[in-house]
Amino acid sequence: MTEQAGEPAESATGGQWPLWEVFVRSRRGLSHSHAGSLHAPDAQMALRNARDLYTRRAEGVSIWVVPSAAVTASSPDEKDPFFEPAGDKAYRHPTFYEIPEGVKHL
Amino acid sequence: MTATEQTTTGPGTSERTASGHAPAAAGAATAGTSPAAGAAELSGAARAAARALGDDALVLAQRLGEWAGDAPVLEEDVALTNIALDLLGQARTLLSMTGDEDELAYLREEHEFHNVQLVEQPNGDFAVTIARQLYFSVYQELLYAALAARGGELAPLAAKAVKEVAYHRDHAEQWTLRLGDGTEESHRRMQQALDGLWRHTGELFAPLDGLGVDLPALHEEWRERVAAVVERATLTLPQGPDRTPWAAGAGRQGVHTESFGRLLAEMQYLHRAHPGASW
Repeated sequence: MTEQAGEPAESATGGQWPLWEVFVRSRRGLSHSHAGSLHAPDAQMALRNARDLYTRRAEGVSIWVVPSAAVTASSPDEKDPFFEPAGDKAYRHPTFYEIPEGVKHL
Repeated sequence: MTATEQTTTGPGTSERTASGHAPAAAGAATAGTSPAAGAAELSGAARAAARALGDDALVLAQRLGEWAGDAPVLEEDVALTNIALDLLGQARTLLSMTGDEDELAYLREEHEFHNVQLVEQPNGDFAVTIARQLYFSVYQELLYAALAARGGELAPLAAKAVKEVAYHRDHAEQWTLRLGDGTEESHRRMQQALDGLWRHTGELFAPLDGLGVDLPALHEEWRERVAAVVERATLTLPQGPDRTPWAAGAGRQGVHTESFGRLLAEMQYLHRAHPGASW
C-alpha cells in the first residue's frame, strides 16, 4: 500500500508517489465527474491506474487525471462567507414559474 | 485426446459449481470473457492447439494472481490482477472448447499441461514479472491478430482478446520504460530479468499443429517489437540462445520446469481436497 513507509518503490521518489484526482465521463453527453484519487509516478501511469481502478466495470468512455496538488479548494473556515449568503435568496431558484405541459426534462 | 477422456470424471466432479471455475488466486467471479456457451467443440489437432493456448492463459493468470495483495503498490496490485482476469477469461473460453474447463484446470497432472515454459516462470521481483509480461503479451497480440484475421473457430475469441492483450502489452511497455530508464538499481534488475527469461522465448514460436497460424513467421516481428521497447528503455536485447539447452523437451510437449508443480498444487489442492466444493 502506498501509505506504508519504507517500500522500495517509494524510496526513489522521496517516500511517496504523487496523488492524482480522477474524473470519469460515464457516457457521451455527460460531463466528467470526480471518481476518486490514486497514486502514480507520472501522468501516463495515473491514466492507466485510473482505467484499472475506476472503469473496470465499464463505467467510462473518457478519463481525466489531474495532479491533486493542482486543485485549489475552498477551506472549511471560509464556509460561512462563501456559502451562507445564498441560503435565504429563494428568488434565485427558478421555482416561481409554471412549467408548461409537455416539457419533461426541465 | 479422445471423446471418452472427457466423460471420465473423478469423485464429485460431475457436480459443476460456481466456485469450481476459479483458480485459487484469481477470484474469477468477474472474469472478463465468459466461456462461449455452446461453442463448437474442436477435434483432433485443432483441439490440442486450442488447449495449449488455453493452458498458456490459465497458467499465466494463476501466476499473476499471486500478486494479489502483494504488489509494490495497491494500484499495481489491481492492474496485475485485472490482467490475470482477462487471461482467465480467455482460458475458460479456450478450455471449454476442448472439454470440461473445471476438469481440465483442476484434475490434470503436470505433464498433461501443454503451456509454454515462459508463463510458468516464477514472478520473481517486479522486473521479472514485467519482462515475462512484455515477452508474452507482444507474442499474444501477434498471435491473436493472426487468428482473428484467419477466421475459423478461434477467430471470435481472438478478435475480442486482442484488445485485452493490447492493454497488457501497453502495461508491460510502460513499466519496461520506467524501470529501464529509471534508477541504476531498476535498470540493473530489468536487464537481469530480460536476460533471465530470454531462453524461454524461442519456444513461443515453435510450430503448433492444428493452429492454422504460422508461428515461426511471427518471430521476426516479435523480435522487432520487443527490441524497440527495450532500446527505448535504454536496455539491451539479450543475445544468448532463446531456447533452453534442455534435451528433455519443452512445455508444449508437457515438460515443465521445477516450480510448475508447486503452482499446480496451489491451484488444484482445494478442488482435490474438497471435490465439488462451493462458496
